[in-house]
Amino acid sequence: MEAPTWKNPVIRWIDDRLPLFTMMQHDLVDYPTPKNLNYWWNFGSLAGIVLVIMIATGVFLAMQYTPHVDHAFESVERIMRDVNYGWLMRYLHMNGASMFFIVVFIHMFRGLYYGSYKSPREVLWILGVFILLAMMATAFMGYVLPWGQMSFWGATVITNLFSAIPFVGESIVTWLWGGFSVDNATLNRFFALHYLLPFIIFALVFLHLVALHTSKSNNPLGIDVKSPQDTIPFTPYYTVKDMFGLGVFMIVYLGFVFFSPNFFGEPDNYIKANPMVTPAHIVPEWYFLPFYAILRAITFDIGIPFTGIVILDAKLLGVIAMFGSIIVLLFLPWLDRSPVRSARFRPVYKQFFWIFLIDCLILGYVGANPPEGYFVILGQLATAYYFAHFLIIMPLLGWLERPRALPSSISAAVTPAGVGIPARGAAE
Amino acid sequence: MKKNLFAAAFAAAVACSGAAHASSAAAPLPEVAWSFDGLFGTFDRAQMQRGYQVYKEVCHSCHGLRYIAFRNLQSLGFTPDQVTTIAAEFEVQDGPNDDGDMFMRTAKAADRIPSPFPNDQAARVANNGALPPDLSLIVDARLGGANYVHALMVGYRDPAPEGAHVQDGMYYNEYFPGHQIGMPPPLSDDRVTYADGTQATLDQQAKDVTAFLAWASEPNLEERKQLGVSVILFLIVLTAMLYALKRHIWSDVHH
Repeated sequence: MEAPTWKNPVIRWIDDRLPLFTMMQHDLVDYPTPKNLNYWWNFGSLAGIVLVIMIATGVFLAMQYTPHVDHAFESVERIMRDVNYGWLMRYLHMNGASMFFIVVFIHMFRGLYYGSYKSPREVLWILGVFILLAMMATAFMGYVLPWGQMSFWGATVITNLFSAIPFVGESIVTWLWGGFSVDNATLNRFFALHYLLPFIIFALVFLHLVALHTSKSNNPLGIDVKSPQDTIPFTPYYTVKDMFGLGVFMIVYLGFVFFSPNFFGEPDNYIKANPMVTPAHIVPEWYFLPFYAILRAITFDIGIPFTGIVILDAKLLGVIAMFGSIIVLLFLPWLDRSPVRSARFRPVYKQFFWIFLIDCLILGYVGANPPEGYFVILGQLATAYYFAHFLIIMPLLGWLERPRALPSSISAAVTPAGVGIPARGAAE
Repeated sequence: MKKNLFAAAFAAAVACSGAAHASSAAAPLPEVAWSFDGLFGTFDRAQMQRGYQVYKEVCHSCHGLRYIAFRNLQSLGFTPDQVTTIAAEFEVQDGPNDDGDMFMRTAKAADRIPSPFPNDQAARVANNGALPPDLSLIVDARLGGANYVHALMVGYRDPAPEGAHVQDGMYYNEYFPGHQIGMPPPLSDDRVTYADGTQATLDQQAKDVTAFLAWASEPNLEERKQLGVSVILFLIVLTAMLYALKRHIWSDVHH
């Protein structure tokens, strides 16, 4: 694509020295996008917008927040009661976190359904997994900042996971805490990191976009772009479509903010942290529930049979399983052996995709409940299936499944049979 | 399919939040039609003033309200003069003065409502070992919110139902998790005398004080809902226009 010639002399002068305007022209306007993207493709840009909203509201909150165990809870209440529109900033930030995960989870399931992780988009997908990890760390530390009961006890439970590491676990936990319990030093570093990580996410998102614009967008058919008539320029087509999607999203998001702002929250977090009182049920935020279920699913040690020697105890195995449930995503591009991307042409994979989605919902349900009775076995079965989906089903399907015939091109798929491929610009 | 996925996601969110709480709940809470419920809900000024009276005359002997300043009471419909009078009924500690001493003085509108006990230990000693929680956030901090607080006020059963074990110095409450609560029944018929002539039944007082505490938990509720209605209406119009624009721009694409 050749560089546009800028008429405005000031723009031309800058662009000759720093091609900002040319880059914007290429990546936001001309970017050739498959013309058949459906609304599931809106969630990527939505996630980017939510990130910006989170950073903006977060910066304003930080101006009034005090990261100290004696003042954090009070400073949040001051934001809620006395700071002009502080309640709005906080509710936007609080619900924005939930919206961020909803949008990103949908974005990821879209990638799974349409095979967006496959060659040549492996690096794009891997960057996405890193973004998810960074988001989870950021959200976890952000939830600690109001210093409510769930903040404190959530932080205690999660940081204690690292004590499962053999030999050095306890030392690592002390190092993470900056002391011998979750205390002021912990709150301070969590605040520092909670402010830092979003900018790292921003940088990862930038790389994610560079990778996207290098390998170009996948599409619901999962086939490559064959000719210019398969694509349309990003602007105006997808800019307006994304704006419309943003409007719908904002109605849902602000609907929660204004009319049910504590829907996703825990009442216990309106009680100030008290190290002497443990809440009856310590539950993480809803977006961590499936991972929490995987953590708690491992209730058995692995050792040498009949000797009583334990090699990996249940706690460590649980931690490995929880982190493994995300790490396994990094290998998905190579675990899936099928040459066909889109589930539309993979009749068997399509079924397993929905089963996997239901499995994730079951894990979330199990994670929300105390690990008693049938929830234990349900959580174990769902965890086993989670890993089986990636490690057994995906590789096997590549061998066993007979994909349906692919259309010859994106245009051909929407052209009525017998009409043939129209000339460019005609009857598109 | 799109609808299904959305429905599934929302069902999951609801199930999660519901399930997370289900285990700690006791009997189902009686539903009260609060004036502040719903999209257009507002606080009932007369009810909140009655609720403040119940708080001051009954609850305040044990429970603080530390995030509320007297000036905030203007939101209940009190005039600035009335607020000054209300504040003057309390004493707060101030200081140190020029001699380096702390001293007590009459409260002003800018002061927070003073808590009944200087610290948690003093509160426990005076209450048989139990700590009466501060009520500033009680409605937000309890599952079930206003319905729970109201239910707790009216949920005492004396004698306790057969088979229920109640320790000495504890009381049976149908809605308290575990049913044994350290707080004696705080309200009964005509515990306070309302100036506006409202019959002070147990239920009426419970509703009034709960409405007051709901306001204390979230003093910005009315502003939030009013702003929300305009924002959502604006977004609906904007989104409809964006949809029309999208249709128009896409009309030349066969996709």
